[in-house]
Amino acid sequence: MSRNPYNTIPGNCYTVKMEDLPATSNNLDDDLASMRRDMLKFARLQLRDEAAAEDVVQEAMAAALGGQKQFANRSKLKTWVFAILKNKIVDIIREHARAPTAAVQDEIPEDAYDDLFDERGHWLDDTAPTGWGDPEHSFSSRQFWQVFEICLTRLPENTARIFMMREMLGLETGEICKELDISETNCWVVLHRARMGLRLCLDERWFNSENLA
Amino acid sequence: MLNCKQATALMSQGLDKKLSTPQQLGLKFHLMMCSGCRNFSRQMAFLRQGCRQFPSQHD
Repeated sequence: MSRNPYNTIPGNCYTVKMEDLPATSNNLDDDLASMRRDMLKFARLQLRDEAAAEDVVQEAMAAALGGQKQFANRSKLKTWVFAILKNKIVDIIREHARAPTAAVQDEIPEDAYDDLFDERGHWLDDTAPTGWGDPEHSFSSRQFWQVFEICLTRLPENTARIFMMREMLGLETGEICKELDISETNCWVVLHRARMGLRLCLDERWFNSENLA
Repeated sequence: MLNCKQATALMSQGLDKKLSTPQQLGLKFHLMMCSGCRNFSRQMAFLRQGCRQFPSQHD
């Protein structure tokens, strides 16, 4: 578990003011260790390669700490480190995907979720989303986060990367698409299919399964 | 009139950009009548929250 219970939104550096949150640690080493763990978790999912994740986090930390004195507070340092990490990951994705547009958009086919709807485009009786009760309650469950990770990992690679850039790093679609050289419309399509997939996975594996305490 | 398939796509898009006024109205109207899509909408908000918290959850 994180040592700092308030330190729960690292990807969302763009909107959350970490300096507004209570500080429980004055130790820079502790902060860096926890920052490193958060980044590794993110990089591992993004790159799906343990060694590459370790490398990229190492490089990002080194680059950021080289300029450590510039940072008035650690939230700014964290924002900066994650920005460097994001750029490095984008570079790696670019190197790996020669034709990102075609590759990404077809990872989840257009008709992948057609089964959920009737011919008029309405939910079928057994596919209409049912309530998840008080889903936020699950945030305190370790098993829930394991299922969440499994569901993210089950998304096709590039789809998951775009989705995580959007949802974990809080980047705008315009920015993501420009960096990966795909159209904004394609970006929305990819994000929508990712959300459909993640919703279904959580629905099946958590909210409608006996895991739920 | 929107169907559920179009409504879900719009709800997703609404998380990534501001919808036009006609889109917003169409969606509002659809959600008033469709409990499945209301659940979907709440679940999309939950996914977003979950993703933001995910990187700090250590096993």
